[in-house]
Amino acid sequence: MSSIVYNILSLVFIVGVVRGIQLMSSPKTARQGNLLGAVAMAGAMIVTLIQAEILSSLTVYATLIIGGAVGYWLAIKVKMTEMPQMVALFNALGGGASALVSVLVLMGGASEITLFNGFNSNLGLAVGAVTFSGSIVAAGKLAALLPQRQVHLNHHNLISILLFGLTCLLILVNTVAVSALLTGLLGLLTLLLGVIIAIRVGGADMPITISLLNSLSGVAGAIAGFATNNVLLVAIGAIIGASGLILTQIMCRAMNRQLTKIIFATAPVGTVAEVEEAAPITAAEVETEPPLERSVRVLGEAQKVVIVPGYGMALAQAQHKVKELVDLLERMGKEVKIAIHPVAGRMPGHMNVLLAEADLDYEKFVEIDAINPEFPEVDAVVVVGANDVINPAANTAEGTPIYGMPVLDVAAAKQIIICNYDTKPGYAGVDNPLYKMERSILLLGDAAESLAKLNAALSA
Amino acid sequence: MTPIILIIVFVVALVVGYRAISSVPSLLHTPLMSGMNALSGVVVLGALVAFAMALTTGEQIFAIAAIILAMVNLVGGFVVTDRMLRMFKSKEGDRAE
Repeated sequence: MSSIVYNILSLVFIVGVVRGIQLMSSPKTARQGNLLGAVAMAGAMIVTLIQAEILSSLTVYATLIIGGAVGYWLAIKVKMTEMPQMVALFNALGGGASALVSVLVLMGGASEITLFNGFNSNLGLAVGAVTFSGSIVAAGKLAALLPQRQVHLNHHNLISILLFGLTCLLILVNTVAVSALLTGLLGLLTLLLGVIIAIRVGGADMPITISLLNSLSGVAGAIAGFATNNVLLVAIGAIIGASGLILTQIMCRAMNRQLTKIIFATAPVGTVAEVEEAAPITAAEVETEPPLERSVRVLGEAQKVVIVPGYGMALAQAQHKVKELVDLLERMGKEVKIAIHPVAGRMPGHMNVLLAEADLDYEKFVEIDAINPEFPEVDAVVVVGANDVINPAANTAEGTPIYGMPVLDVAAAKQIIICNYDTKPGYAGVDNPLYKMERSILLLGDAAESLAKLNAALSA
Repeated sequence: MTPIILIIVFVVALVVGYRAISSVPSLLHTPLMSGMNALSGVVVLGALVAFAMALTTGEQIFAIAAIILAMVNLVGGFVVTDRMLRMFKSKEGDRAE
């Protein structure tokens, strides 16, 4: 194949991938977009097989089939609730593959390597290895195989900075004078660096971390493309890098967190700050009505109901109960919406996927900016396992981790039914004044069980 | 491909990708991420070339490992994304065009 044909075909595949992403902007065309991406990728593989003259290598086909079959099997087996760790695991594999390709360039292969290729191979190995081990740790945390809380080592920042400095040094030295020993050392150091960075990330910062690792896996691919002079790798790696970067930005903004703070600074988690007491309950005002009956009455009288899901819904697997509740309320003639905070859950868009799995119509999902002005007219809010994303203290409690984070303004609604596990502060460690408000009704315990009781009482 | 051309391609792809992805609503952020994830299996192309150029058995083993990892990522990512996207339904316009 002449290089002109190869370059034209590469361009076609890149355009195919970009068009695929554009189709992803609407749920109606998104499946086609994904398919287009897959077809472009298959085409690129065939062209590469021809170009590299390994079209007749049985080993290659066997390898491709084994990898593909394992991937297919994992993808079919995985439950929707396990999706965050699956995404993290796949991410690790992509990073690992980039690291291996970079190592191969450093091992020499057939050709003498230029400084440009050598430098990028070292960089590709480093970024790929960090992506690999960081994503594995993230997957372990998401699957609850590793502790989900932040793990702080003594001198954690110092260790990170030292490792980072050593990595930079090794990359430079190994570029000038490549050796197997240094390559191996660089691999080990960067694997360790990935672990060190990822273990200090707590559960609620996961959406940011996952997005960042996603971006890194693309960057690792692009660098591997620089190392191997492969234009397709460079272009598609860059697109993935940009995507991860956008998601990271969106997540950071939605949490009012700076990226550097998540990676380096000691997050002030666990500090329970002074929060203004919101309308303390006086003895005369205490409702004697049991919470379940009161909830049924409130929902019965309501016209406009908003449901707010959070990570607790995912934990309790309560999305199907949410669907039941929505159906019940709609049959009673109520207007029901579902308000989704961008960082609810453990990855970007986590709640949307779970609710879609429960067969809820995505037209009912509303984003924070659209729903917040509506809350004063909302008769009843049903909170399902959400805490920090509805905590009004984010607006007032200066100095707490959530201060300044945009929250769903459920406190403005007329009545609030809270189906949370308990009234302990959420991940951010800030007490939620909603729990003490007279207009709040607490249905504590497992969210799925609470909703089951509520649904049964409503339909009775 | 000279380094300069590759760097230009990188920058252009970054900008084009950034623009295309900005239009994806938060409703679809998980499938988007998973789709991008699948695409990062593109490194299989590099692994294939590396396999073709491998001289020693050691190099071949590394290349085979890279191909397998990338293929699990690629195929698994696309299938999982499709599974997720199939679930997104609405009353009006139930079906993808």
